[in-house]
Amino acid sequence: MTMATATAVLAGPAGVGGPVEGEALVSTQGFNARYDLDRTRGVFSRPAHDLYGQSCAGKIVVFATAKGGIATSWALLDLKARGLAPAALIFRETNPVMVQGAVLADIPLVHRLDPDPVTTIRTGDWVRVVPEAGRVEILRRDGARGKTW
Amino acid sequence: MLAGRHGPAVRWALDFQVRVGTFFGATRMVPVSSAHVAADVGLTGDAGLEFVERLVEQGARVRVPAVTDPRSVDFDHYREFGQPEAHVAKERRLVEALTKMGMLPCHTCINYQTVTPPRFGEHLGWGDTGSVIFANSVAGARSNFEGGPAAVAAALTGRVPAYGFHLPEQRRATFVVEVRDRPTEWADWGALGCWIGRRVTSYWEVPALVVPDTDPSVDDLKHLGAALASYGSMAMFHLVGVTPEAPTLDVATGGREPARRLVVEPGALAEVYASFRPEHAQIDLVVFTAPQLSLLEVQTIVERLDGRRVAPSTRLILTVNHQVRAEAERFGYVGQIERAGGLVLAGVCFYVMTPEILREVNGYRTILTNSAKLANIIAGSGYNPILRRLDVCLDAAVRGRLDA
Repeated sequence: MTMATATAVLAGPAGVGGPVEGEALVSTQGFNARYDLDRTRGVFSRPAHDLYGQSCAGKIVVFATAKGGIATSWALLDLKARGLAPAALIFRETNPVMVQGAVLADIPLVHRLDPDPVTTIRTGDWVRVVPEAGRVEILRRDGARGKTW
Repeated sequence: MLAGRHGPAVRWALDFQVRVGTFFGATRMVPVSSAHVAADVGLTGDAGLEFVERLVEQGARVRVPAVTDPRSVDFDHYREFGQPEAHVAKERRLVEALTKMGMLPCHTCINYQTVTPPRFGEHLGWGDTGSVIFANSVAGARSNFEGGPAAVAAALTGRVPAYGFHLPEQRRATFVVEVRDRPTEWADWGALGCWIGRRVTSYWEVPALVVPDTDPSVDDLKHLGAALASYGSMAMFHLVGVTPEAPTLDVATGGREPARRLVVEPGALAEVYASFRPEHAQIDLVVFTAPQLSLLEVQTIVERLDGRRVAPSTRLILTVNHQVRAEAERFGYVGQIERAGGLVLAGVCFYVMTPEILREVNGYRTILTNSAKLANIIAGSGYNPILRRLDVCLDAAVRGRLDA
């Protein structure tokens, strides 16, 4: 078990899924797993998205909101089956369809955290997500140096 | 159910619902009178298809009437569009699995107009955003967006977790939209939904629209709702003096001061249309879809087309459900559309018909429509969408061109 001391802790209501650690990938925008992602490659494919060209596979991805229709409820399971799913999802505010998709695919998800995850977590940070406790810990501030793992 | 006495499929379904419901603070379940299941193979992918087939092997059976949402394939017409046989075969497998569970394979997104009209106050486990917002807003029924797997779960347990739009406090208006530009036809109501959804995007927001001296049809409200859900991710609206939970603005807001007030000034709807710019005058597709057309919409299109022929370089497509198609055939509408050079597809909606494949195989690019929802979604599949009123769409279909 990693016992690194957290440099910051974000707290909110209990999420879904089990505890997980990983590298953060942070977007200030919304997310729809069908219209923002190329599902065969796990890469953000909508040119207007701020994560365009990046892969979500294995990352703890932070978004402002969950967007759009019901497609995401199936799409996360499809990504998982291809080995391209994010390790966890963090939202400022999410919606039912995103949570349905995360539960089906068994991907941890939390939202409504304080302080705001979109401005507190940086891409490249190493974070731990503990959904049952509604807690996200920033373990290493590598994002501050702009380093990618 | 959680102990597995009703079998592993029901145990999965209830466990899934408890997890989702707990996340959103639900403390109880409520029985639903029907489910509406969005599961075409373009949505589910292979993983979702295999998931549904596994539920069937586990003996999954619906407990309440469950209606399927549109397919990605019209099995009578897919060859004309070059959809691959392998994809079509998977869609057939999915239809077979859903049917074995006891679902009604209606393949319709207008279940509220044709199969299961919603009643005021009833709880529903519906999954198409357009059908949910219609049920909540126009009928006063109660549903969250129950995406495909969640609607399957609702069908198997006959209930849903009680959070969100099942609770009176979530149904109150959070903001007001004062509409001073008068919507006069379906496309205008969709453009209005687009205008609002471009400014406010949240599942948890509910607009109260104030439109003076308005008397919209059900099809008008269907286009408004579909656009609000598509652009704004919203699941409910109030139209003061029209929808049942908004006899007055004060009732719609529950007496609370709304967080904000937007004003749709005269000319705003024209600006919405102008924001959809054709790259060139040649129009590849004119599509009436999203939501599937009512019989009245088909009738109007046939009458306005008035025997004119569609230009050979342009494809005219209408999508309906099988019920509407049967009546449209009986009335001769399908024959009139086909003689004009158009197609009436059944059990599909254009934007779920593997649009990327259709574009690559057929070289489609410019798509003209009166559906604000289609104009929003299809842009993500590499099309150049243009939203216009019905007569503009039909004239362009006949001429093959849309001149600025």
